[in-house]
Amino acid sequence: MGNYNFEEERVEEFKEKLYLASQWQLIWWKFKKHKLAVTGLIIILILYILAIFCGFFAPYYPTTVFDEYTSAPPQIVRIYSRDGGLQRPFVYRYKKERDPVTLRLRYVINYSEKCPVRFFVKGKPYKLLGLFDTDIHLFGVDDGTIFLFGTDDMGRDIFSRVLYGARISLSIGLVGVFISFLFGMIIGGISGYFGGAIDNFVQRTIDFLISIPTLPLWMALAAALPREWSIIKTYFAITIILSLVGWCGLARVVRGKLLALREEEFTLAARLAGASEFRIITRHLLPSFASYLIVSITLSIPNMILGETALSFLGLGMQEPAVSWGVLLQRVQNLTIVAHQPWQLIPCIFVIVTVLSFNFLGDGLRDAADPYAR
Amino acid sequence: MLEFIIRRLILFIPLLFVVSVVSFVIIQLPPGDFLTSYIQQLRATGTDVSEETIQSLIKIYGLDQPAYIQYFTWIKNIILRGDFGRSFQWNKPVKEVIGERIALTVFISLLTMCFTWIVAIPIGIYSATHQYTFFDYFFTFVGFVGISMPGFLLALIIIWIAHLYGLNVTGLFSEAFIEAPWSLAKVIDMLKHIWVAIIVIGLSGTAGLIRIMRATLLDELRKQYVITARAKGLPERKLLFKYPVRLAINPLISTIGWMLPSVISGETLVSIVLNLQTTGPVLLRATMQQDMYLAGSFVLILSALTLTGTLISDILLAWVDPRIRYGKVGE
Repeated sequence: MGNYNFEEERVEEFKEKLYLASQWQLIWWKFKKHKLAVTGLIIILILYILAIFCGFFAPYYPTTVFDEYTSAPPQIVRIYSRDGGLQRPFVYRYKKERDPVTLRLRYVINYSEKCPVRFFVKGKPYKLLGLFDTDIHLFGVDDGTIFLFGTDDMGRDIFSRVLYGARISLSIGLVGVFISFLFGMIIGGISGYFGGAIDNFVQRTIDFLISIPTLPLWMALAAALPREWSIIKTYFAITIILSLVGWCGLARVVRGKLLALREEEFTLAARLAGASEFRIITRHLLPSFASYLIVSITLSIPNMILGETALSFLGLGMQEPAVSWGVLLQRVQNLTIVAHQPWQLIPCIFVIVTVLSFNFLGDGLRDAADPYAR
Repeated sequence: MLEFIIRRLILFIPLLFVVSVVSFVIIQLPPGDFLTSYIQQLRATGTDVSEETIQSLIKIYGLDQPAYIQYFTWIKNIILRGDFGRSFQWNKPVKEVIGERIALTVFISLLTMCFTWIVAIPIGIYSATHQYTFFDYFFTFVGFVGISMPGFLLALIIIWIAHLYGLNVTGLFSEAFIEAPWSLAKVIDMLKHIWVAIIVIGLSGTAGLIRIMRATLLDELRKQYVITARAKGLPERKLLFKYPVRLAINPLISTIGWMLPSVISGETLVSIVLNLQTTGPVLLRATMQQDMYLAGSFVLILSALTLTGTLISDILLAWVDPRIRYGKVGE
């Protein structure tokens, strides 16, 4: 009996917490229940941390060429060997052989030579966050090499290149969405707030932009970029090209919500209380659809990332020496490379995992965005 | 109905106009005009270009005129003579380069759309009628991965896996048929190769349609008329297909509008990866070489075709769903 009362009390306590919780707290509670979305969020955070501190996590520079190790397959980190039993992590060295039949160069594991993997080793100097000079890398080997994902046909470490490439690939999503967001907010806001002819015009423009195939358009626009532009210039040009279509979705959301919220009673109340238009928009309207904006933004980031990857993959986006996942994948356009060096496909996995995580995250946020809905 | 079609057609014309302007701007974007590149290229290959030829080309394309007149000349040539300009890279009129390839692209895109529908509708129905069963969860998960899976990366992975089994999945024809004229054997050969492309391009669309189909059908199944019909003893199968499924398919028709652009985009990219004899590879080469008349024409034709597809889907939707015909149009 006493137990029952105790339960009752807890339920009451919980209900009280529920009534008092702010909208954001409710969203967070609901979001936490969506396991896939939480997983997505964690993966995305890990990827961004890897990208931000790529100098620390990568054992080499993305441009360092290891002439003797061109097209080497990935080296597997092991903690068990037949002669030594369980031990600290190490990799085996490679020795080169010529295939007697095809005469193709191939790498064979040399089981007699081990390179122990050391952590927090001193290596090539780099700037952490572009600010602090340091030469500490998370891991490395004293002599010999460690290619977790193998090397490309020029002998560059793919693992390091993937991490450095993540900087462009992951940031272009954010920068592109930010630009689309500005466009979307301004244009959608104007459209929704003024209504009438302006609204009609904007809506028809969006209809139009949505109904044409984006890729041929992107390709043609990207082709018009001068090849001699610097990396930074190309980067922003590509971002803007991707945002040209990207803002439509956001503008739709902003307009739709503005139109609906304009008619709500709390807006009327605020107006009657003498609040200015600016105050109504920023204090009352914006916070009430901020959660929808976040969802929409999250779901448009992967499109930006894919757009950049596709353009760079085709050779129309970022160019060497810039490193992005799309640039890395340029090499696999050559089908013999796919056949003989499948580890060059590893950047694919990163793109897919990133896109999938963002979609899971966006889906979870969408469910959580309206915490009062059942 | 007729009134609806006419209204839609009137809306359609300004859209085509905007598409043509965008394509023209693309043609004009790179520095220099196409004629300079054309002459340069001819001279590089050792062909002598007489002043007379240059003058006549300038005249045909109105290159000595201001941009807006050039635009009208360009449009006039397209409408009256089907002349899209000249590809200096191929040294042929654009029309000859792209004709067959556009047809193949359209064919593959249509086939892909059919594939998505044929696969998505039954799976959607199954998922909705067997909600929360193992297969429902399975299809939901596969669908989710499918939506996120970029087609061209999937194509790369398929090429690699096929290679492990000694298969070659690239190209649209066997080697013997690439240059051969069209024949029944060539068509059959093409159908043997086309399925990889169709699955790869159609995957994300299929996944999206399954989700929509499942959601709308679930909504319909909860409605009271279903309960009434069931209470009156209508057999379950007849009940399902006679009303809820029919109603759930309607929203799918409206998805053609946004599926078509993404299918065409996907086709362009995937055909480059799989090296299909469609628009993708040519468009890529044209953009790489800044062969802008060719690139611009592709953008124009592909966009115009997509817009036409959307128009047809709008009309179809109005035809199957009278609620759209009366009233709510244009909102």
